[in-house]
Parts: sequence; C-alpha cells; structure tokens
Amino acid sequence: MAAPLSVEVEFGGGAELLFDGVKKHQVTLPGQEAPWDIRSLLVWIKKNLLRERPDLFIQGDSVRPGILVLINDADWELLGELDYQLQDQDSVLFISTLHGG
Amino acid sequence: MAASEEVLALKAEVALREKELSSLKQKLAAALLAEQESVPVSPLPPKAALSREEILRYSRQLVLPELGVRGQLRLATASVLVVGCGGLGCPLAQYLAAAGVGRIGLVDYDVVEMSNLARQVLHGEALAGQAKAFSAAASLRRLNSAVECVPYAQALTPATALDLVRRYDVVADCSDNVPTRYLVNDACVLAGRPLVSASALRFEGQLTVYHYDGGPCYRCVFPQPPPVETVTNCADGGVLGVVTGVLGCLQALEVLKIAARLGPSYSGSLLLFDALGGYFRSIQLRKRRPDCAACGEQPTVTDLQDYEAFCGSSATDKCRSLQLLSPKERVSVTDYQRLLDSGTPHLLLDVRPQVEVDICHLPHALHIPLKHLERRDAKGLKLLGEAIRERKPGTQEGAALPVYVICKLGNDSQKAVKILQALTEAHELDALTVQDVVGGLMAWAAKIDETFPQY
Repeated sequence: MAAPLSVEVEFGGGAELLFDGVKKHQVTLPGQEAPWDIRSLLVWIKKNLLRERPDLFIQGDSVRPGILVLINDADWELLGELDYQLQDQDSVLFISTLHGG
Repeated sequence: MAASEEVLALKAEVALREKELSSLKQKLAAALLAEQESVPVSPLPPKAALSREEILRYSRQLVLPELGVRGQLRLATASVLVVGCGGLGCPLAQYLAAAGVGRIGLVDYDVVEMSNLARQVLHGEALAGQAKAFSAAASLRRLNSAVECVPYAQALTPATALDLVRRYDVVADCSDNVPTRYLVNDACVLAGRPLVSASALRFEGQLTVYHYDGGPCYRCVFPQPPPVETVTNCADGGVLGVVTGVLGCLQALEVLKIAARLGPSYSGSLLLFDALGGYFRSIQLRKRRPDCAACGEQPTVTDLQDYEAFCGSSATDKCRSLQLLSPKERVSVTDYQRLLDSGTPHLLLDVRPQVEVDICHLPHALHIPLKHLERRDAKGLKLLGEAIRERKPGTQEGAALPVYVICKLGNDSQKAVKILQALTEAHELDALTVQDVVGGLMAWAAKIDETFPQY
C-alpha cells in the first residue's frame, strides 16, 4: 500500500487554460495499492483537475503531442516517461509548446 | 477674400506635396524590387583586423575579455539567417546588426500591418503594406551600414529552405507556425547548422538551441506535431510586445555566442519565461534521440517534405476559415444588415470572450461567450432563454425566433450554432432557427460599417 503523496502539479504555455487558468496546484494523491506513476497521475488529473475538453490535454493514456512533461525540472524522457514513480514533494510541470513569434 | 486665397494656396501646396509623395513611393517600390534581385551567394571573406572605425564602434564589447578582437572578427565574418521578421525577428536582427554580425539574411513572406507595430519594432508606420523583409533590411541599414542585409520577401519552402540555410552559419527560428518550425529544423539538420529557436504567446516565452554539438533537434523533443486545434496564434491568443522583445534579445545572445564561438547556454535545455509571474526557469531537455527521424542514426527525413501535410495546417499564422455549417445555416453581413434595417424581430448573439467585447461590439447584441455555451453554463443559458422569450412575441404565431450568432471572424459562431442546435433538440431551449454571420464582426467592419474597429 503506497502512502498518500503531496505533489505540485503545474501547467504552463497555455495548458493552464484547461484548468481554469490556474497554473500551480498543490495536490494530495490518496494512498493506493499500486505506487503512483505518471500514468496514474494523468488519470487522476483528468478526473480531478481538468475543467475543459480532455482531448486537448490527453491522448490515449499519455499527454497529447506538443505537451512537454517535466519532472523536477527535467524532461520526463530522462526519467521513464509514463512509468516514472512519483515521490513525495515531486513537482510535475506540463508545458504546452508555443509557436507564435 | 484673403482667407479664401489662403485656402486655395494651401490646396495647391497639398496637391504638390501629394504628387511628390506619390513619386517617392514609386521610387521606393522600384528600389525595393531591385533589392530583391541582388542576392549574394559567396561566403564572407576572412577578416584579419578591425578598422579604426570598427574599434570605436564596438569598443564597449571589444573590452570584454571573453569576446575581444578575436570574437569581434568572428562576428564580422559570420552570417545568420533570420526566419521570420516579426516580434522575435525584429529585436533579434536589430541586436545582431548593432553587434556587427557580417551578413544577416531576413526571410518573411508577409507585409507590414498596423497590428504588427506594437511589437515588431523594426517596422514603422511609413512602410505599412510593404514586405517585412525589406522594411527590416532598411531599418538595419540605417542602424549599421557595414552589415550586409539580404532580404528574402518570400515564404521559406521545402524547395528553397535547404539551399538558403546552407548559405548561412547560424539559423534563428523566429517563425510563427508549426510547419515552418519542422521545416527549419529539418533543413538545419540536413545542412548541419545550429538552430536557435524561440517562441512567444500571451505572457510566456520559450527558448532553446537545437542541433548544436550533438544536442537534440526539434524532432527529438517533438517527434509528432500537435493537433491543429491546440495551436493558438498571436492574433487569437494575444501577445505582449515586450515578451517577444525579451525572447528575441535572448535569442540574439545565443546566436552571438555561437557566432563568436563562446558556445550557447541553452543547447539541451529549455528556457521558460513567465512575464506575468516575473520569472525565468531552465529545464533540462532529453539527449539527442538515436531513433530521431531527422538527426537519428537511421534518419527517415533525408530530404525536405511537405510540412503543411505533416502538420495538417498551413505555414502561416493567419486564422483558418472553418466550414462547420451548410450554406443555408449561414447569412452574409449584407443580408444581416438588411434584416436589421427591416426591423424583423430576432436575437443577435455575440459569442466572443469578454475581453474582445470590451474592445468593440454591436449595441443590440446579447453577449454569451462560446466557452460558457460549451460548458452549458446555467447562468448563460438562463440569460439566453430569457432573451429569446422576450423577443418571441414579435414573431408570428408559432414561428420560431430567428437567432443570429456572431463572433470576430466566423469560426466560433459556427461552433456556437452547433451547440444551440443541440440544446434545441434536447429541449433545453425553445424552438429556434439559428444561423451564424459569415466573416463575423471583421466582415461587418470591412463591408458594412467602416467606423467599426478592426483588431
């Protein structure tokens, strides 16, 4: 049984507009059987934080192309992507890439 | 009598000046055209020493030990291709020219518009309607006549990009759309050039250096283009000029460090700027991907492709025209004006965000933002229901009240019609006939009421 986790979830680059315009969310993930990973965090976010069209954020069981996921300020690709196991006090940032100039 | 003579004299004077002005404009257009044909291809010759004038001009940066004479000579023989002469490209090119970069190529297919001037600081009122590439080149020449500026007043295309990129040492992506970003990346990978990339929207900016010294390229980080509906341009999302200015300057800094061989700071990392929060944040990006389609060990991108098809969008940041409704579900601004003049009972529903309604609106319109309709906002639907009932008595017995939906350009209004149709079918609203106004308020401003603001 994994203990509850306190995690900072942050959105930027316009992704926050799907979350009532709120960039920083301090969240507590409840204790559960399996350890919390990014895959299960995405399901939790979709259920608990997402306010607008899910397809603009999630595609399949991952984020849509064009959203960069950063765990403690590092590209999630360096840390196992969806399989990264969250630690207490982790910070997860979802950045929508900008194209304007 | 004297007054009328003065009026006549002034009129004659004005006519004379107007004639002179028109002749000057013709000369300018011819000069601009001649410029386009002189495109140099030769690499810049090596430079052994700085002149007395150059030493004076660049003295403040020459005394920096990290740069020094050696760095300045490198800048003088460096060539930089600037893709996009907009909010990023203007400040970038301005600082490159001021710092004494030898040759600056300026690519932009677009013309200067009044709505550009709040952030595209190389362009002025006098050159509205002229090609941005020429306008930028003219400004840079006034700033530093020793810098060779090469305007390319055309779109960067798969047919031209590789040849162009190969003529320059460093490339700066200051473009405003997804297909161009993939095109510039692939051209840089194929030509072996470092790419300094920046972007900005609203109050945020992002900056990184791609394909430098074994670092990742754009495709390593973004193997798949984003879905079209998730991409926002500056016209829709808005942008503050200072934000593109800050990013363009940071981009210039990275270009100068590469050109002077001091090495960039943001290869393999991404700088995020939040202007509203007032902070910068640096993020560690992934390494170059061995399986990257462009820069990987077995690349599948071996020549430039059709990037508009790959991204499903066009290589501009102009607003797309959606076609969600059939022609009979839409009215033109001319037809709507006729209906308005005839006094036919109806409801005009403006579905733009509040911030745009504050800019301008038609006084008789009811305002409910599309977002509220999308989330079936109870307050919004109540307001709508009341407005419909209020106007209903004016219609003939049993006839449905006509509702016309309007927005800025005629895209959101079509989405709103779809929602209203669904609500009517679900009996959440009284029977309606709903149509949208083609081209929205900007068509109204262009065709019906020229005093109505355009934005």
